[in-house]
Amino acid sequence: MNTQQVKPMSQPSLARKQPLLDMRQAKIVKNITVTVAAWLVALTIFFPIFWMVLTSLKTELNAFSTPPALIFKPTLENYVAVFERSDYLKYAWNSVVVSFGASIIGMVIAIPAAYSMAFYPTKRTQGVLLWMLSTKMLPPVGVLVPLYLLARDTSLLDTKTGLTIIYTLINLPIVIWMIYTYFREVPKDILEAVRMDGANLWQEIRHVLIPITLGGLSSTFLLSLILSWNEAFWSLNLTASKAAPLTALIASYSSPEGLFWAKLSAASTLAVAPILVFGWISQKQLVRGLTFGAVK
Amino acid sequence: MSITKTPYVRLATLACAVSLSTATLAETVTIGTVNNGDMIRMQALSSEFEAAHPDIDLEWVILEENVLRQRLTTDIAANSGQFDVMTIGMYEAPIWGANDWLVPMDNLPASYDVNDIFPSVRGGLSANGTLYALPFYGESSMTYYRTDLFEQAGLTMPSEPTWEQVREFAVALHDPANEQYGICLRGKAGWGENMALFTTMVNAFGGRWFDMDWNAQLESEQWHNALEFYVDLLGNYGPPGASSNGFNENLALFNTGKCAMWVDATVAGSFVTDDSQSQVPDQVGFAAAPKQVTHKGSGWLWAWALAIPVSSDAKDAAQEFVTWATSKEYSRIVAEEHGIAAIPPGTRKSTYENDAYLEAASFADMTLSQMQKADPNDSTLEPSPYTGVQFVAIPGFSGFATVVGQQVAGALSGNTSVDQALSNANRVVDREIRRAGYQD
Amino acid sequence: MSQVNRNTGIARLLVAPSVLLLLVWMAVPLGMTLYFSTINFNLMVPGMKAFVGLENYYYFFTDPSFIDGLTNTLVLVGMVLIITVGLGTLIAILVDHPFPGQGIVRVLLISPFFIMPTVNALVWKNLLMNPVSGLFAFIANTFGLQPIDWFTDIPMTSIIIIVSWQWLPFAILILMTALQSMDQEQLEAAKMDGAGPLAVFRHITLPHLARPLTVVIMIETIFLLSIFAEIFTTTSGGPGTQTTNLAYLIYSQALLQFDVGMASAGGVIAVLLANIVAFFLIRAVGKSLAEQ
Repeated sequence: MNTQQVKPMSQPSLARKQPLLDMRQAKIVKNITVTVAAWLVALTIFFPIFWMVLTSLKTELNAFSTPPALIFKPTLENYVAVFERSDYLKYAWNSVVVSFGASIIGMVIAIPAAYSMAFYPTKRTQGVLLWMLSTKMLPPVGVLVPLYLLARDTSLLDTKTGLTIIYTLINLPIVIWMIYTYFREVPKDILEAVRMDGANLWQEIRHVLIPITLGGLSSTFLLSLILSWNEAFWSLNLTASKAAPLTALIASYSSPEGLFWAKLSAASTLAVAPILVFGWISQKQLVRGLTFGAVK
Repeated sequence: MSITKTPYVRLATLACAVSLSTATLAETVTIGTVNNGDMIRMQALSSEFEAAHPDIDLEWVILEENVLRQRLTTDIAANSGQFDVMTIGMYEAPIWGANDWLVPMDNLPASYDVNDIFPSVRGGLSANGTLYALPFYGESSMTYYRTDLFEQAGLTMPSEPTWEQVREFAVALHDPANEQYGICLRGKAGWGENMALFTTMVNAFGGRWFDMDWNAQLESEQWHNALEFYVDLLGNYGPPGASSNGFNENLALFNTGKCAMWVDATVAGSFVTDDSQSQVPDQVGFAAAPKQVTHKGSGWLWAWALAIPVSSDAKDAAQEFVTWATSKEYSRIVAEEHGIAAIPPGTRKSTYENDAYLEAASFADMTLSQMQKADPNDSTLEPSPYTGVQFVAIPGFSGFATVVGQQVAGALSGNTSVDQALSNANRVVDREIRRAGYQD
Repeated sequence: MSQVNRNTGIARLLVAPSVLLLLVWMAVPLGMTLYFSTINFNLMVPGMKAFVGLENYYYFFTDPSFIDGLTNTLVLVGMVLIITVGLGTLIAILVDHPFPGQGIVRVLLISPFFIMPTVNALVWKNLLMNPVSGLFAFIANTFGLQPIDWFTDIPMTSIIIIVSWQWLPFAILILMTALQSMDQEQLEAAKMDGAGPLAVFRHITLPHLARPLTVVIMIETIFLLSIFAEIFTTTSGGPGTQTTNLAYLIYSQALLQFDVGMASAGGVIAVLLANIVAFFLIRAVGKSLAEQ
């Protein structure tokens, strides 16, 4: 994964004073321990997700039975039930539109702001940045009624536009701040050199800054996407049927109706699957981008 | 049209009217409903309605009870018109009706036979004599018990048990090592969850929420006795995690054979005897909801009903749907598709005059007698200034009862003492009642 | 020179749209909230909007749940931070060196971060922690132990576990990437000098992680202060008020009791609290950011 990493195994010089064999054995034991431990930790952390998917493939009676059935005939009946009951594709499409929309608009607004703060800081920049972040600490429910009334009077209730605007704004502080940290790592001389060559502001951002920080920008985009996809408060309260995303779908399965564990698992799996798969595919990008200026 | 609507909405309505005149568009009816088994069934069967009404499109918003209630209340209070049909209960209907938030149900077709609906249910959904919502199903509460376990232990359940007897049975049948619990009761905090059951217990123990001068009575001896009894009974002879069990959780426990007894809504009768959901369909007996010092108010009265907000812009289409979903015709469709025992119970006299239904639904007799016993106007031993059996029909009730419910759940889990819980609860109720000006 | 000056002017202006947007986003609802907090406004009672001064604040502060809400908020944030940062650091170090399947392990480790909070809470509550049918109860029974009644006996601990599971991957992700950029030569040199693993951790790894750690703490604090979905789904703030944090308390006022006046007072108090926390964060993180 990381080419810079120095493999300790390839440094026999370190072991000069010890018998080579012992050293090797110790290394092997250590490697095995690390491997086993890492896998154990990873599987433990991943287990609830695995269990959810497994339960979604059981019949309701199997899902509730103790001891839990580990060997069973998998069934897709729960997925069929979810699809019959709700228009999954509509919910999923709303999720896609709203979270991509909010993330793209957020980037467009945030990049200039971060540029300004990173390269032309004033005395107040630091304060402004933290003020922005502090707007995120406010519990959303505190302003629910005002925003609900505003949305009603602007006809934004139950529209994808309304939800996109809200998501853009709630994620904006984090997006600005992350981009700001990436921009600050770009050596100023590069930008100055470009500027001397007569590039204007737009060219400077478009052709120099964005390509250099592409890794960071894409992980910011990803983070914004994940946060929007998983947001469950505004989506529930400001939508009814037309703009409801997947988080609203889940709300109709969240209290039991008799035996419901398997159907709940199926609905949950369907709700998280798109973003999970997307996350897996792009996780290398995420890892590379999230270095937060440690690359000095 | 309501005068508080914004210009935008009026503009939109205008636009709709214009487009309607040029082409006949299907009208969309957005239905907000709760994810209870009967409603899910209604959604599945609604394709028949759509087939019969090609000009009406149904959109479903199915939510969990608490979330639904919060969504509907914000929508209707803000007059925002996102829903055309709302699923509400006996608590909301008269209050919202009196606020002029709901369309009166006064020009129903003769075939609907509104007089077939139980008078107590009709009364509970009316304000000042006007019906504001049509009942989808109605319920009281009763005692479910496992005939097989009672037989094995040589016990007999009387048809009208007392809470004291219920406790003795629970002690005898509690066997946690084999995952069999003496009794299952609602423990999950909420005015419609644990407080529904607990208020009927308080009634049975001779208590009331308020005296005739609207003084909160939560620190009275009756409340104290009831809470101590409840905490002992459910805490010691109930399933683990009882304080997070509501109706649906208990239903799952009972259906998997883990409860020897269960006191809850009569509507569960068709679920516990349905062999596709229940593992004990043939071993369920029914008795009245337990009494104690009195039988008054020992069983509750509730109905889930469909109402149309005045902010709806598809009122006629909505009315079409609402009358269909609560009609005899709908019951007939359910009977055809799912068996006669599955038709929505507790709303129509004709249902209980139908021999085929009484034959198939072993729980029907008890349901009927419990529904007839419950009287919202006379549910406490000592006189009280309010109506409602398991609730107090005033706007602030859902608020303070939520807090009381939390305190009761706190006492059940052993984190708060009974005294402390009741004193906290009394303080909040007293404060809210004073703010609302009832004592003036 | 003038070109640079003009650029500076324009560039400084570029921050304006964001600031303006956030200002409006803050100010308008906040202004309305301030107004609502001084009137008697219950959604269930139309037309009743009398000015009541500071009464709502008085009632909010004297509400039996208020102190609990405040303490629970701080306990929840604090404990989750300790767990995620502590375990996150250890796990990040554990998976730092190559081993068979490292790529898959990393993917597994960060997966919970993609899961919706509601789904997360539902899975834990119903499939794992349910005291009768849950997997944990089964495991306890297998070993002849009394199953833990999670949400009754240790509700706060249960919430902390659930929230930590959600946020641990975030800490791992950031710390893992930070470790990759560590100066390997310095590390080897230290080892050559006979420094033990603990000494290496203390004097090299930890200082290197200082900045990513503040990032983790900062972002997590922001989200944990207003955590809601996990509590709503699992315990509804109970039993009693044991898991009621400020966000849930305000929710309960606004949407369970429909008392918008009092909920708005709570909202204003929460904003003040957020600013106090932000002030401390400015001092801690601001310093660390300025060191760059």
